[in-house]
Amino acid sequence: MTRGSSKAWIALGVGLVWFYLILWPLMGITPEGLQFIPSLVVWLKVAAAAFVLVSLNQLRTAGALAFIGKPTTAAWTEIRKIYKKVPVRVWISVVFFLALVFPLTTGRYEKDVVINVMIYVCLGLGLNIVIGLAGLLDLGYIAFYGVGAYTYALLSVHFQLSFWLCLPVAAVFAAVSGCIIGYPTLRMRGDYLAIVTLGFGEIVRLILNNWMSLTNGPNGILGIQPPGLYWPGFSSGLTLEYIWLKKLNYLYYVILALVVFTIIAVHRLNYSRIGRAWEAIREDETAAELMGVNTFTLKLLAYAMGAVFGGLAGAFFAARMRFVSPESFTFLESAMVLSMVILGGMGSIPGVILGALALIALPEAFRGFELYRMLAFGGAMVLMMIFRPSGFWPAKRMGQRSEERG
Amino acid sequence: MEPVLELKNVSAGYGRIQVLRDISLKAFPGEIVCMIGANGAGKSTTLMTICNVVTAARGDILYRGNRINGIKFSKLPPMGLCQVPEGRRIFPRLTVQENLELGAFFRKDSTRIQEDLDMVFDFFPILRERANQKGGTLSGGEQQMLAIGRALMSRPRVLLLDEPSLGLAPLLVGQIFNKITEINRQEGTTILLVEQNANVALKVSRRGYVLETGTVVMEDDVKNLLQNPDIRKAYLGE
Repeated sequence: MTRGSSKAWIALGVGLVWFYLILWPLMGITPEGLQFIPSLVVWLKVAAAAFVLVSLNQLRTAGALAFIGKPTTAAWTEIRKIYKKVPVRVWISVVFFLALVFPLTTGRYEKDVVINVMIYVCLGLGLNIVIGLAGLLDLGYIAFYGVGAYTYALLSVHFQLSFWLCLPVAAVFAAVSGCIIGYPTLRMRGDYLAIVTLGFGEIVRLILNNWMSLTNGPNGILGIQPPGLYWPGFSSGLTLEYIWLKKLNYLYYVILALVVFTIIAVHRLNYSRIGRAWEAIREDETAAELMGVNTFTLKLLAYAMGAVFGGLAGAFFAARMRFVSPESFTFLESAMVLSMVILGGMGSIPGVILGALALIALPEAFRGFELYRMLAFGGAMVLMMIFRPSGFWPAKRMGQRSEERG
Repeated sequence: MEPVLELKNVSAGYGRIQVLRDISLKAFPGEIVCMIGANGAGKSTTLMTICNVVTAARGDILYRGNRINGIKFSKLPPMGLCQVPEGRRIFPRLTVQENLELGAFFRKDSTRIQEDLDMVFDFFPILRERANQKGGTLSGGEQQMLAIGRALMSRPRVLLLDEPSLGLAPLLVGQIFNKITEINRQEGTTILLVEQNANVALKVSRRGYVLETGTVVMEDDVKNLLQNPDIRKAYLGE
């Protein structure tokens, strides 16, 4: 046995002892008294699994598994080669086509989950502007989602305004509230900004919760109209009929359109002059300002642009649920969106989409383990930060030295 | 001749700690002026005060005859006053070309920007080779070139250079200073140079200021400074 391998076994031993020490207080202290058997059973299962994994890893490092490893890596490089040959446009159109036909082939539950994912894609891409591009840590992002949702909810219930009219209004309201929050806070940097935005997020939620006369407080607002559309009907000749897009299929296409709009807008911003300046601010704010970049205005713009997409997603959320209450806009939601951006890869559009899929769809897929969801979530985060610290799909920038290319 | 940049009895500091006391200095069009002094003498603070990153408590800062004391520092590059900050401060995750383009951020004349990009690449051919590489992957000397190139992209009339020799090998220091004189001669840019490395700074400059604990203790033509026994002892290691 080499020195390296004995090290691994020692680490396994220490890890298992540590695991038991935290497992026993969780499972062993019960109202009926102290118990050891249940925690030992769980511990033994985990220990056996860990033992098998470490053994496999030892075999792999010793080269005993090369007969599996070599063909798979070879296959993997082949797949990558094929992937590289097909232009990006083709991949995008394939994904878009799949997204278009998705609701025709699946049931209600799947559609519901995917609609949820797409709402979070909008939110994640909006937050991505603030965090990934401009580098401002915003912990109260969900406030703009709330502003958008309540804007549409109130306009729909009190004035019966149509969804399509309210969509830009919600975006503008969110942007304005972004500016109102941003103006005093953006003088701060780093940790201070994070804490202040956290506070503002809570303020918005508390206002929604307590302004009874306007928002109906914790009871929420009922009776919000779904989006409507004029559609040619043939019942009495060719006339335009106004139909409510209540069905999930229709709602799916509405949010899909919103997502496509968001992706295009964020992509264009990303590669614009403004996007470049945002990145400069993220890299070194003082240096950017010394180069003549008006950092304050641009940071405010980043904040407002992020808020716009939050507001759009919020308006759709209100139209889909047809009910809003302050409960949907808690800090936990902000944390979820933030996790998506970080898990997927800051500044990367496909990364954020993957992050939203992973955090919304996977928990649905593993509903059976619902109780352990948070445990798995935390564990996954830790593993990600160790093995892929820049996310599933890190933002691609040309970063090779010229000698390495070609 | 009118000085293009002038400081009249400027005092400044951080909070209650006063760093600069009654600093007066002049830079005439087309010359290289250097400011030398030990660590903590207030050299970098002087540059930061010119750009209003540190606010001057008293005194006037005149640029082409106009007082620029209260002007926000992002407004200065469009006026032709650009600083290469201490420690280079390039944007590490942007490419070399993007870094350079940011130097011209406030400019709208895209054809001229392209010309200037070519000019910078001609000054520093290594940057052309590395144009698509992230700034953070460059070596220290290349990063210094990038920082100077980025400032040149704003077409400065006056270039403020803060310790361009910081952390560079002696050979590279020589190269950088050759480029600085070249820029001065070709483009006619006025350069205010802050350096701890008095030896090289005095060689390229026309006039020099010596700072000690926040005040100017001596100002003269470089050839006189180089012959002054006190300077030779204190800054040139003799």
